[in-house]
Amino acid sequence: MELLSSLADGFAVALTWQNIGLALLGCFLGTIMGALPGLGPSNGVAILIPLAFTLGLGATPSLILLTSVYYGAMYGGRISSILLNIPGDEPAMMTCLDGYPMAQQGRAGEALALSGVASFVGAFFATWGLVFLAPQLVKVALLFGPAEYFALFALAFATLGGISSTNQAKSAFAAALGLGLAMIGVDTQTGVPRFTFGEVHLYDGIDFLVAIVGLFALSEVFIFLEHRGTDRDISDKPRMKIGKIIPSWKLIRYCTPTMLRTTGLGFLAGVLPGAGASLGSFISYSMEKRLVDRKGTFGKGDPRGVAAPEAGNNAAAGGALVPMLALGVPGSGTTAVLLAVLLALNITPGPLLFSQNPDVVWGLIAALFIGNIMLLAMNIPMVGLFTRVLMVPPRILMPIVAMVSFVGIYGISGSSFDLLVMVGFGVMGWVLRKLDVPLVPVILGTLLGNEMEVNFRRAVNISNGDYWTLVGSPLAITLWAIAIAGFVLPILVGGVIRKRMRMPKDNEGAVTD
Amino acid sequence: MSDRIFGGIGLILALFYGWQAAIIQESFLTDTVGPKMFPFIIAAMMGLSSVYFLLKPDPEPHWPRAGRLAEIGLAALVLAAYAELLPVAGFLISTAIAAAYLTWRLGSGLIESLIIGVGTSVGIYVIFRLVLGLSLARGPFGF
Repeated sequence: MELLSSLADGFAVALTWQNIGLALLGCFLGTIMGALPGLGPSNGVAILIPLAFTLGLGATPSLILLTSVYYGAMYGGRISSILLNIPGDEPAMMTCLDGYPMAQQGRAGEALALSGVASFVGAFFATWGLVFLAPQLVKVALLFGPAEYFALFALAFATLGGISSTNQAKSAFAAALGLGLAMIGVDTQTGVPRFTFGEVHLYDGIDFLVAIVGLFALSEVFIFLEHRGTDRDISDKPRMKIGKIIPSWKLIRYCTPTMLRTTGLGFLAGVLPGAGASLGSFISYSMEKRLVDRKGTFGKGDPRGVAAPEAGNNAAAGGALVPMLALGVPGSGTTAVLLAVLLALNITPGPLLFSQNPDVVWGLIAALFIGNIMLLAMNIPMVGLFTRVLMVPPRILMPIVAMVSFVGIYGISGSSFDLLVMVGFGVMGWVLRKLDVPLVPVILGTLLGNEMEVNFRRAVNISNGDYWTLVGSPLAITLWAIAIAGFVLPILVGGVIRKRMRMPKDNEGAVTD
Repeated sequence: MSDRIFGGIGLILALFYGWQAAIIQESFLTDTVGPKMFPFIIAAMMGLSSVYFLLKPDPEPHWPRAGRLAEIGLAALVLAAYAELLPVAGFLISTAIAAAYLTWRLGSGLIESLIIGVGTSVGIYVIFRLVLGLSLARGPFGF
């Protein structure tokens, strides 16, 4: 009951005109960003953080805006999957399999409407999951000391590559790079400058927002420059006829068991470290195919094949917020970016967030419920509008993305130096993506590096220089064991899953969740 | 081969990082761990993974041809120049130039690029400066 009253307080926070307006704006922008191939949830949120920050929005309003974008992008990804057979973002990959055939049969409107409903079901129940699970996790997290936190951070890095990661050494390299970048600047504990090469601009360290926007948004511009005029250029794909967009009750009832099952599965995949929305939609689709596909219609335009991955990935998006809010340790790219929002606003994420800033947490959760209903309302009648957005060619879109990124970063610091660093990160992001090095660990490293070091040093200091304290409690040992398993498992079984997920996929692993 | 080169660069970077960590000036007030230990661990992790790339490289990624590579390099230079130009020429002018260049390279026609460039710049100015009141770079003309 205490939970429900907290939730009611949250609604009181969220139901102001400003917050409702921001949620609406976020849902709208998010859906567009999800729908446009080349802009996914993580780079969409990344571009908007500096803006939210410079506009002087408070903590709760900024979070409401940005998580609405996150949820919106999860909805939007399906639009281009269904109409163009190109996933708007990575989690929408599986929706191509049945969505595009349905569109080819002239049932595009039905597929869009059904996937909208499935997205709603997934996200709605996952938000309830968040309400109940996150406070439980907080209770566990309150037992953590510095050594356990250090192990938890290590776990986050070890599992971030995920079960489908291609090369764990590259994830490790990316994590080291990110952590290394975080060390730049004045050491918080002893006040000595590190890796600054005497450059005054570096004394404050590298602003992680600069790194995020450069790595995610600018590198995307370079990828588009590289692929101009090739088959990945979508500007000249044929347009689909949409057809009617009101789903029939019969169809929804037919798909309901599928939606409910995959919601549960997707939520679990979201909560677990290293899984995330892409894997959530993948296992949802595969499980449904095993369970209900008796006539072999999956892959040929079966409506259940559209509902399953959509419910799965939206549920996973909600699930991924659980560790981010309760532990301060994100399990996916976009939640890592959302963590950056909290840090930029000087809010310490983690278990104390629930007791120190309950208005932020519960306001956010309430806003998610509101946003969800808005998204459902937006995505069924207004889906035609969003399909028109898909007609904006990348040659116009990408310069706008680049320029808005500059505006945001310049707004924060007003220094050309930061902009140059951002361009540098853009180029680095492009090279790393070509080499198949994941970018998310780099981001997470720059975000968590200092916090991780602080816990490491605190733990060892408390035990007077005894490094064994890092594995000194059963809880820490458990966390280390999970971390090691999460790092080693993909090497053993990753190949199989990767092969199956590879089917419809873009090579650069561009737009992760 | 790319991965081997990458591993080589990574290894040099790790060694450089380790060396830079070793020469950190410690203050007299320090904790038992000190500011060097964690960077050493990072350097070791980076070095180990780089050695792995050297020994077991992935298949060659698909690199663009030299022309396209130059294209990307040039775009990066234009963006860097844009960053330097912003405080000098003001937001509207520099953004129009940079956006026009990018859209031209992404396949718009020449005249069309100029229009898109100016349109992007004015559009962003109107939304972010006039509507939202964000501070953008001011040039000699005040915009």
